[in-house]
Amino acid sequence: MTEPDRPERAVRLAGRGLKAGYGDQAIIADLDIAIPTGALTVIVGPNACGKSTLLRALARMLPARAGAVELDGRPIGAYPPKEVARRLGLLPQSPIAPDGIVVEDLVARGRYPHQGVLRQWSERDEDAVRSAMARAGVAALADRMVSELSGGQRQRAWIAMALAQETPILLLDEPTTYLDIAHQVEVLELARGLRRDGTTVVVVLHELHLAFRYADHLIVMKDGAIVARGAVGDVVTAELVEEVYGLPCTLIADPVSGRPIVVPLGGGE
Amino acid sequence: MLTGSVLALAILGLAVGGLLIGDYPMAPWQAVASLFGGGGDPLAQYFVQEQRAPRVAAAVLVGAALGGSGAIFQSISANPLGSPDVIGFTTGAATGALLQIVVLDAGPGAIALGAVLGGFGTAFVVYLLAWRRGLAGFRLVLVGVGVAAVLQGVNALLIVRASLTAAQTAAQWLAGSFNATTWNETLVVLVAVAVLVPLALLLARPLGALVMGDELATGLGVRTERTRLLLVLVGVALVALAVAAAGPIAFVALAAPQLARRLTRTSGIGMGTAALMGGLLVLVSDIVAQRLFAPTQLPVGVVTGSLGGAYLIWLLAREWRRTPA
Repeated sequence: MTEPDRPERAVRLAGRGLKAGYGDQAIIADLDIAIPTGALTVIVGPNACGKSTLLRALARMLPARAGAVELDGRPIGAYPPKEVARRLGLLPQSPIAPDGIVVEDLVARGRYPHQGVLRQWSERDEDAVRSAMARAGVAALADRMVSELSGGQRQRAWIAMALAQETPILLLDEPTTYLDIAHQVEVLELARGLRRDGTTVVVVLHELHLAFRYADHLIVMKDGAIVARGAVGDVVTAELVEEVYGLPCTLIADPVSGRPIVVPLGGGE
Repeated sequence: MLTGSVLALAILGLAVGGLLIGDYPMAPWQAVASLFGGGGDPLAQYFVQEQRAPRVAAAVLVGAALGGSGAIFQSISANPLGSPDVIGFTTGAATGALLQIVVLDAGPGAIALGAVLGGFGTAFVVYLLAWRRGLAGFRLVLVGVGVAAVLQGVNALLIVRASLTAAQTAAQWLAGSFNATTWNETLVVLVAVAVLVPLALLLARPLGALVMGDELATGLGVRTERTRLLLVLVGVALVALAVAAAGPIAFVALAAPQLARRLTRTSGIGMGTAALMGGLLVLVSDIVAQRLFAPTQLPVGVVTGSLGGAYLIWLLAREWRRTPA
């Protein structure tokens, strides 16, 4: 299930000996990671395994206690913040929609890193906002209040904001939480579409069947460490799932994609 | 943009109205001519230029400072109650001024300095107490309300312990008034507003990212803590200098940004419209304060206090109803 024809491209985002956490507690320690350029990378693992922490550390939302995050070969801290924001976007788990904001204005705020004191709102920004809304499927909702949208619509509005930022690398932290299966698939199809257009996408996911189905590159985490990484077909085994999640299971093939689906053992009728 | 122009026009019209208020009657055109040294009536020129114009200008500028400061703090705290008059900065500035009046028996310059120091001191304490790995809006409001209550007690104590004349000066000052405003006070606010309001307008854009949460703002390239600190400094300077010039005029910082937002119907920070709305509110209130029981002149703070009190009750009732049980 690899994509054999894709040429190897230079890694743009990587972490080396990364240590990060909250307060006095390190959630991840001594972690090495390289995000394959131009691929859809999915990070999975049980609750509290550090997958969101890793994503936050990569996006410099958490300072690295040790080690370094490198963006295009230089330490991420060496760039001006707006320069990082033009190369790397992150949609956090629970962003706050300002009171009374409409979708179009929300999406427009994604243009912040492209603006400056002397560089005000331009035709270019207008185009980026319009195209981001179209791709995320919220163009028809442009004038609606974000607070009045359904969960799926709201999530797509936030994704549109991240798209308006127009970064070659996009990190999404559990973008499918609170969504029903149809909207989950919709979001992942969108992620796959972005990858097809050349964006490097990293998604943290809970749902294993969707993770296995959409990942070009899978990263499996447990207790703050990476226990497996690679193409889904090379990495995923029933033993791995049992080791990571403590769940005895067997794998069957998804009849549509041929990718594995986890079927828990025991507890049957 | 349209709302801003309408507000600016309203301020201009009322400013001319403000120039007419006083014992020396004159027509509007005569007042405007006198302001610019024309009209051929030296007495009219004196009243307009030396008495009425500084008062009108001070009202607009102090209001703008309060409105801008309110917009900053309400956005940082993501709470309409997170404005400087609720979270203790105004009260703290008053404490600083009262210390000068009551304990040190100081003159107007020292009183203003006391107000500025008091405002910054209070902000520092509130910021320190409310800061825990970042500044959360709700904590800022709660800590601020607590600090404000303590300072209110200190203020009352200072007045009780003061001599009769000092207590009188203090009470007058505490009500917030332009009755004794000269160009000296007005110039201080003018400089403050001319420097700080453009700064606030510049900071409004990163603030627009900041209100969506620190993570998202960081992702958009905002230096969150630094931006917030700058905003707090600008906001405190605005409110402290406004208090220094005219005393703690109640509720303008609370109401102006909210009224402006309802007028413009946008989700932006609305720094500019909040400042204009503040200027308009204080100007109107001061005209009312002068005319309502003329010839007795009320302190402007009494008018904004009554208007603002009603507004606060409405705001609280609405918030309370919106919160699910």
